[in-house]
Amino acid sequence: MFSLKEVKYKNILNVKHLHIKKNKITCIIGESGSGKTTLLRLLNKLISCDSGEITYNEQSLKVIDSVELRRNVVMLPQAPAIFSGSIKDNLLIGLKFSEKPLLSDDHLTEVLNLVNLNKELHDNAENLSGGEKQRVALGRVILLHPEVLLLDEPSSALDEDTEYLIIDALVNYTRENNKTMIMVTHSKKVAHQFSDEIIEIKRALVNVL
Amino acid sequence: MEGVIELNIWQMAAAYIFIVILLVIVKARGISREKEIIISSIRMTIQLVLTGYILVYLFNNMHPLYTILAISIMEIFAIYNIYKRSKTKLSKSLKKIIALSMLLGTLSSLIYFLLVVVQISPWYNPRYFIPIAGMIIGNSMTGISLGVTRLVDGIDTQKHLVESALMLGATPKMATKSIVDNTFDSAILPTINSMVGMGIVFLPGMMTGQILSGTSPVTAIGYQIAIMLGILGSVSLTVILFVQLGYKTFFNEESQLVVGE
Ligand SMILES: Nc1ncnc2c1ncn2[C@@H]1O[C@H](COP(=O)(O)OP(=O)(O)O)[C@@H](O)[C@H]1O
Ligand SMILES: [Mg+2]
Repeated sequence: MFSLKEVKYKNILNVKHLHIKKNKITCIIGESGSGKTTLLRLLNKLISCDSGEITYNEQSLKVIDSVELRRNVVMLPQAPAIFSGSIKDNLLIGLKFSEKPLLSDDHLTEVLNLVNLNKELHDNAENLSGGEKQRVALGRVILLHPEVLLLDEPSSALDEDTEYLIIDALVNYTRENNKTMIMVTHSKKVAHQFSDEIIEIKRALVNVL
Repeated sequence: MEGVIELNIWQMAAAYIFIVILLVIVKARGISREKEIIISSIRMTIQLVLTGYILVYLFNNMHPLYTILAISIMEIFAIYNIYKRSKTKLSKSLKKIIALSMLLGTLSSLIYFLLVVVQISPWYNPRYFIPIAGMIIGNSMTGISLGVTRLVDGIDTQKHLVESALMLGATPKMATKSIVDNTFDSAILPTINSMVGMGIVFLPGMMTGQILSGTSPVTAIGYQIAIMLGILGSVSLTVILFVQLGYKTFFNEESQLVVGE
């Protein structure tokens, strides 16, 4: 699905060769500051590499329209973004941004269940805890049903039980809907339990385990 | 102009004595602002005296080139002032947008106002052209100044939200919509507020000046209403141009946020 060749970004990341498979669950691990977030940002085309080439479905990212790409390859940032308004507003804003038809409240509640969040749609999203905000942001990405989910430490603010519950649900969602998931995680345990493929970044160099 | 009191040199001196008394009070209170008060009073005096002589010369030697020159100096001064007033460093492309919006917005408002509303003749008549241009350019300058601060600060402090919107597939326009709307509101708010209080809370400067110099209040009010509408139009137009073009300078052609380049 994604293929990287001789990709360099500043002094932060140096990838000789990397292939990320379609319809698989790939986990990215590595110490903090090793460049995991930077790699996801490159795949979402939020930044462009200084040299080398990244392709998505055999097409160079350089020739794919950024906005078009981001609507198929959606990224969930490490720190969840909450816009002012209710949980419902925050779920719908992703659909508005990507110009997709808005969904009914039933749909939205279903997604809240999927991310294991016991809140009302009209609750104010800005008063939620860190872990709850993270799940709203995750729900927002799932509603978009993108081909590829780029998740940057989606469970960092959750306790271990909730973490496993949600990652399990995400993995099931990905497999059932034939999606591709690329997830950065701080937990090697999570990576080994759930992923088909693990990528480790060490001192800016990328290895496939 | 019958019955108008011309201020003589002694009356002017009395006005300055007023400031001297103020200085004594300021000093006694231990507020260390006397230097600023003296400098700004002297500066204002010199600027206005010079302007007075220049205006007399321009009125007596009407020529389109002189009027164009005067407007050009005002525009350059206003644009330079916006750059200088900004607390953050502005990118080259944003500076270009500021200059372009100021020129397009103020000149088109000015031309409409002078030629369609007031219908001055000849078109370059400096007695109308220069003071009206001053008011339109000055107010638009204040509006854009506020707008620049709001836009730059807004994108800077909400960088994370803007990027998060991009990650979800938003266009740069969608990702900055709330910042852009907010910028427009705060830039035209002072103009709207001054219109609301006008005639009740205070008498506007231009009208006051005209009435003191002997114009009938009815004529003065007519001009004041027209000029306020002109100012509102020009401020709105320049600020709309500025925000609609300005937000784009924070993104590259790959729709990536580039701050500080
Ligand atoms: N825009 C940037 N400019 C310069 N350095 C950056 C930028 N973004 C991240 N970095 C640096 O790049 C390194 C990798 O960052 P990041 O990809 O966020 O690491 P990780 O997600 O693995 O913790 C860090 O040292 C970070 O300080
Ligand atoms: Mg990171």
